Amino acid sequence: MAGVQVSNLSRSFGAHKALDDVSIDFADGGFYALLGPSGSGKTTLLRQIAGFDFPDFGRIAIGGESVERVPIEKRRIGMVFQNYALFPNMSVADNVAFGLSVRGEPKAVIAAEVQRALDLVQLGKLGSRRPHQLSGGQRQRVALARAIVTKPRVLLLDEPLGALDKALRVDMQIELKRIQREIGITTIFVTHDQEEALTMSDRIGILRDGRLVQEGPPEEIYDRPKSEFAATFLGDANIFRGDSTGNGIRLQDGTAIAAGAGAKLAAGAKASCAVRPERIRIATDTGTPNAPNANVLRGQVSKRIFAGNNSTYFVERAGQTLKVIVQNTGAERLAEGQDVVLRWSPESTVLIAAG
Amino acid sequence: MRTTRILEWLGRLYIWLLLAFLYLPIIIMALMSFNVSPFYQLPFEWTTEWYASLWQNDQLISATWNSVEIAVITTIICVLLGSAASLALYRYEFRGRKFLQALLFPPIAIPWLITGTAMLIFFFGVGIGRGLFAILLGHVALALPYVIVVVSARLQTFAPELEEAARSLGANQWQVTDRVTLPWIMPGVIAGGLFAFAVSFDQFVVSYFLSTPGQTTLPVEIYAAIRKGFTPEINAVSTIIIVVSMALMLLTARFFKFGGAK
Repeated sequence: MAGVQVSNLSRSFGAHKALDDVSIDFADGGFYALLGPSGSGKTTLLRQIAGFDFPDFGRIAIGGESVERVPIEKRRIGMVFQNYALFPNMSVADNVAFGLSVRGEPKAVIAAEVQRALDLVQLGKLGSRRPHQLSGGQRQRVALARAIVTKPRVLLLDEPLGALDKALRVDMQIELKRIQREIGITTIFVTHDQEEALTMSDRIGILRDGRLVQEGPPEEIYDRPKSEFAATFLGDANIFRGDSTGNGIRLQDGTAIAAGAGAKLAAGAKASCAVRPERIRIATDTGTPNAPNANVLRGQVSKRIFAGNNSTYFVERAGQTLKVIVQNTGAERLAEGQDVVLRWSPESTVLIAAG
Repeated sequence: MRTTRILEWLGRLYIWLLLAFLYLPIIIMALMSFNVSPFYQLPFEWTTEWYASLWQNDQLISATWNSVEIAVITTIICVLLGSAASLALYRYEFRGRKFLQALLFPPIAIPWLITGTAMLIFFFGVGIGRGLFAILLGHVALALPYVIVVVSARLQTFAPELEEAARSLGANQWQVTDRVTLPWIMPGVIAGGLFAFAVSFDQFVVSYFLSTPGQTTLPVEIYAAIRKGFTPEINAVSTIIIVVSMALMLLTARFFKFGGAK
């Protein structure tokens, strides 16, 4: 087991910069999600750590040992592929045994280790099956067992749950997390599914256009996004743009929005504020007195989407559509066309430098 | 209802006509190899005389063995070289790869008559001359593109992640090839080998140019024998070859389904 340090890693394919000066410290035993849209470089980064491709610049260290020029078969990593990449000509047990077998381990050791790995992923009785006789979730487990049976230093997962349906995916998320905790292996997980990243990982790295946009624990990134991209890519956010007042911004129409979190910016600079839709309270024009210090905006409901446990209101205000999510508490629902007041606290408002 | 039945009936008739077209000449030839009359005269009278005299015909037998040997060696060489070349073309990006791949197809399209003439002239020029070795070289050159094309087609269905997965588990290049890639392309290799065997064993034109009176192959020998005067021994040897090669084909088709999934 070992941590992974990536320092100043760059990789170009022709004129395209797939990775641009990326540095991340993956702590020993941690569960790390690399999140980003397609083409953001997250898979390129994973493949660099695995050793499928070598960097143009920068350093990769596994357990303190520089590996950026070490070929993949010598890196002692375990990898789970998006399409599982199980060997079709081998049984489940032979698939799992492959890594031990190419190392020339004795047969008895292999058999015992394979059984242990299959038991760990709860497939102990399916060793003699062929991959094509398994369901998607079972193949996923075989791929995982095959990757961890060799006791790799790092476990790399490339969108491993992407091919599963929603219910199975949630099961596998829990399962994967359990196995990871049980063996305590450093795990790096590539996904474009923000929910998956939020629920599973200790830390998240968000990538965009080959650069690391922000990294940290899920709560920190969600509550304190440092860019408009991070705010809108991980979860939903209302973005207001204007000029910094030092502790908030002033919109073009003169309305001030107070921000209690985020960057410290000099007054006058271009800046944005981000507010999560579930942090905004929505009420009819009459009633509810102003809470002190609250940000207040008036608008009109243009659309309501009912989703069972909550409703999303789209509120028109000065040419901007704001999103508000309200839990279904049984309170009266607001009609489309209704004039409303939106209130939220400055503590829920994050100040972000423009650009 | 009635039209469907008529169509069904027509369809069956068509299949039977097709099979008759393919097999009737062969069946007649096989029957005549057991007929007393050397001139295809009826009524049919059973004999194995022609097989007995075939046994005495050293020229025909030695040509048959030449053909078998050359076809087997050609198959082995082409399968080894062709599979290796296909893997190289699949795995590696190198200068001129596309160009090399494109160059594989013209030899299949060039008439054998022209290839044969070119080889005859070339082999004389470089001192190889004619004979069994020249025939073997010629056959390898003719059959190699078939193997590469068939194996490459099979490789197109191979998922490159399988090799990556094997390497990530610590397998070196040989282990990857031996345990993952080769098992996958094996049906293609078998099919390619069959093609190579057929190209060599059926080869007349190129063999004709490159053979000498003592060193010749079966098709060339049959041609020479027919020119001297047809004998039913040729029916007999052809029947034996048909039975053996059909058995081979059926076995392979049974076990490998020609490059399809298992």
